[in-house]
Amino acid sequence: MTLLTEKRAPRTQHEKRKIRGKVHLREHLMGWLFVGPFGVVFLAFLIAPLGYALYLSLFQKKLIGGTSFVLFDNYVKAFTDPSFLSGVWFVLRFSLVSIPLQILIALALALILDAVTTLFARFSRLMIFLPYAIPTVIGAVMWGFLYSKGFGPLTDIFGLFGATAPDFLSSDLIFYGLLNVVTWQWAGYYMIILYAALQGVDPTLYEAARMDGAGRWQIATRIKIPLIAPALILILVFSLIGTLQFFNEPQILRYLAAGTIGTDFTPNMYAYQQAFSLANFNYGSAISFALGGIVFICVYAFLFFTRKRRSFL
Amino acid sequence: MKRRRILATVAMLAAGSGLVACSSDGGGSDASNCTNTITKQNVPVVTMWGWYPNTQLVVDNFNKQHDDVQVCWTNVGQGGDEYDKFQTAISAGTGAPDVIMVEADRIPTFQIQGALVDIKQYGYDAVKANYGEGAWKDVSVGDKVYGVPVDGGPMGMIYRKDIFDKYKITPPKTWAEYEQAAQKVKDAGGPLFGDLGANVPAVLMALQIQKGASPFTYDPAQPKSIGVKLNDQASKDVLDYWGGLAKKGLVGTQDQFTPEYISGVINGNYATYISAAWAPGYLTGAGVGKGQDTGKFAVAPLPQWDPANPVQVNWGGSAFSVTKQAKKPELAAKVAYGLYADKESLTDGWTNQIIFPLNLTALKDPAFVDLKVAFFDGQQANKEVYLPAADAYKGVAYAPFGQYYLDAMTKQVSEVIKGSITGSQAADRLQEDVAKYAKEQGFTVQ
Repeated sequence: MTLLTEKRAPRTQHEKRKIRGKVHLREHLMGWLFVGPFGVVFLAFLIAPLGYALYLSLFQKKLIGGTSFVLFDNYVKAFTDPSFLSGVWFVLRFSLVSIPLQILIALALALILDAVTTLFARFSRLMIFLPYAIPTVIGAVMWGFLYSKGFGPLTDIFGLFGATAPDFLSSDLIFYGLLNVVTWQWAGYYMIILYAALQGVDPTLYEAARMDGAGRWQIATRIKIPLIAPALILILVFSLIGTLQFFNEPQILRYLAAGTIGTDFTPNMYAYQQAFSLANFNYGSAISFALGGIVFICVYAFLFFTRKRRSFL
Repeated sequence: MKRRRILATVAMLAAGSGLVACSSDGGGSDASNCTNTITKQNVPVVTMWGWYPNTQLVVDNFNKQHDDVQVCWTNVGQGGDEYDKFQTAISAGTGAPDVIMVEADRIPTFQIQGALVDIKQYGYDAVKANYGEGAWKDVSVGDKVYGVPVDGGPMGMIYRKDIFDKYKITPPKTWAEYEQAAQKVKDAGGPLFGDLGANVPAVLMALQIQKGASPFTYDPAQPKSIGVKLNDQASKDVLDYWGGLAKKGLVGTQDQFTPEYISGVINGNYATYISAAWAPGYLTGAGVGKGQDTGKFAVAPLPQWDPANPVQVNWGGSAFSVTKQAKKPELAAKVAYGLYADKESLTDGWTNQIIFPLNLTALKDPAFVDLKVAFFDGQQANKEVYLPAADAYKGVAYAPFGQYYLDAMTKQVSEVIKGSITGSQAADRLQEDVAKYAKEQGFTVQ
């Protein structure tokens, strides 16, 4: 911009300002045109539906008496609704167990694969990542069959030792059944992210550490892990958001164990039931927003406590 | 510079018009994406959703026989999947078909939302005599008719002849005998006698009605008031009975309609299956009765509480309803009345065990009455069990919030199965839960 004006003859202040204004305007316009297509899609498919859902959540529709504006009544109801609260409690418990488990497995695998560079390591990397490439629905169906008492392998395996196979679809063990499915599906994905982060670490650091007498274990815990901490935090946030919004796996396994997995098993499933099978879009929206609020608080709290280490957001 | 700006503008407009194109593309109610092929052109078209396995044939038969209207059929999923889509279309005010296949117990749920048309004025009198009284009651709310009955589910007790022979028992006639027989088989180291599935609350509801319960009373003349009686003695007795059987290990607690359950049925893990007249067709489709278990099944009348006063009940069954979104309700009603009502379609339905017809032309057809059912090894199941049950069926008033009731029942039954509460407690909790929901929905509960 300065180059443009300098090349020309000197002008008065007023003229300069006028030209600068014109250039500004033109640049502004260009900028808007470039973000325009994205902006339209963003508004139409994210902001507008969110706004509409928020609007819906402020109303109440009854079979008798029709629709009325109730402000935050739906939210008050949600936070006193045992179905919603038990769902939230479940996903919180599930997060507390499943996230550390997945991340420990992913981290261990990434560190091993980073240290070993044989052909077998590359093959293993692909195989560990593979479950993530299988659609969630197919994965859940597959595990549903593997858990089967009638024709799954568990009965045979436990039978060899004269024991009865555990029923992972019963209400006592469903937590572990789901934990297994989720870990199987996601640990490989997190492993790849951590592995990529490890590849970005400067190898001369390891050399320096070795010269100072550090062993493999020390290099891993004192150098590698601290250096990939930002990636660790990234996947922690991903998994936290994903787990609090738990839906696909229990919804699919519900077809096999509707008694164990109720319609209010997780908050998202409860919102789905309210909106689409009970036609209560208003309360369904309120549940979604309430869950969104909980997710936001959890993620914010997490980022607050780890603020020194993060390099994103 | 200028050219680029024009390009950018064009690109943006193109993106924008793409969005408009997306949003103006309507739902499933247009006639352009039928599953069937309509051969007659320039004839008004009525759209229809349904999931009978032989719908293709039924629709083709109807279209062949009619020159003034043609049916455009789409299969949008079975049961719950279809209802969820219909429910969304009702809420959206657009996207529903003209005619929809619904199970009788869902009719009040959609009717109360004003989503269905009373078809009494569109030719009811002409076909009234074609169906029994119980069949009409199931598709009516008050004195208004919201569907044309197609198939029903008179209940019976399907059992394994090989297991009964092995343990030397005869089909129990009462529920007390049923428990004794179950105990006898268990003591002899035999398989489970039946199954209490948390995901089939409709069966338990039917069995409660058999004992004398009437869960819901609803008179559309007083739309604000509803009777909810889910914890009367009869309801409690039935839940206690089944909870007790499960606790004693006499029956299984497996969810039904799952591969797990079906493989159990094939393996002979269950001596009986308390089910409806459409079950042989369903089981055959699921692969039962084809291999090692060929010809091992038979059916007996449903056990009774009081053999002196037998009560017959029904599970499932469906109808064609006309939706409020139909642009020409009269034409749609013509389709609803005519579809699956011709002899050819009905015969295909019952010979292939897809439906237990409610149309009296089929029920009185000697070929149907005397049919030797292959699944039951040639037993004349219609004559012996299902026809008497269908004849004696009085009909039921279903809840206008059936989905919620059934979900809530599943929840309580799964607690009973876990052993954390008794059947009576489950009935009390269910009453509390459903009554609360009814109040939230604006009803006065009695």
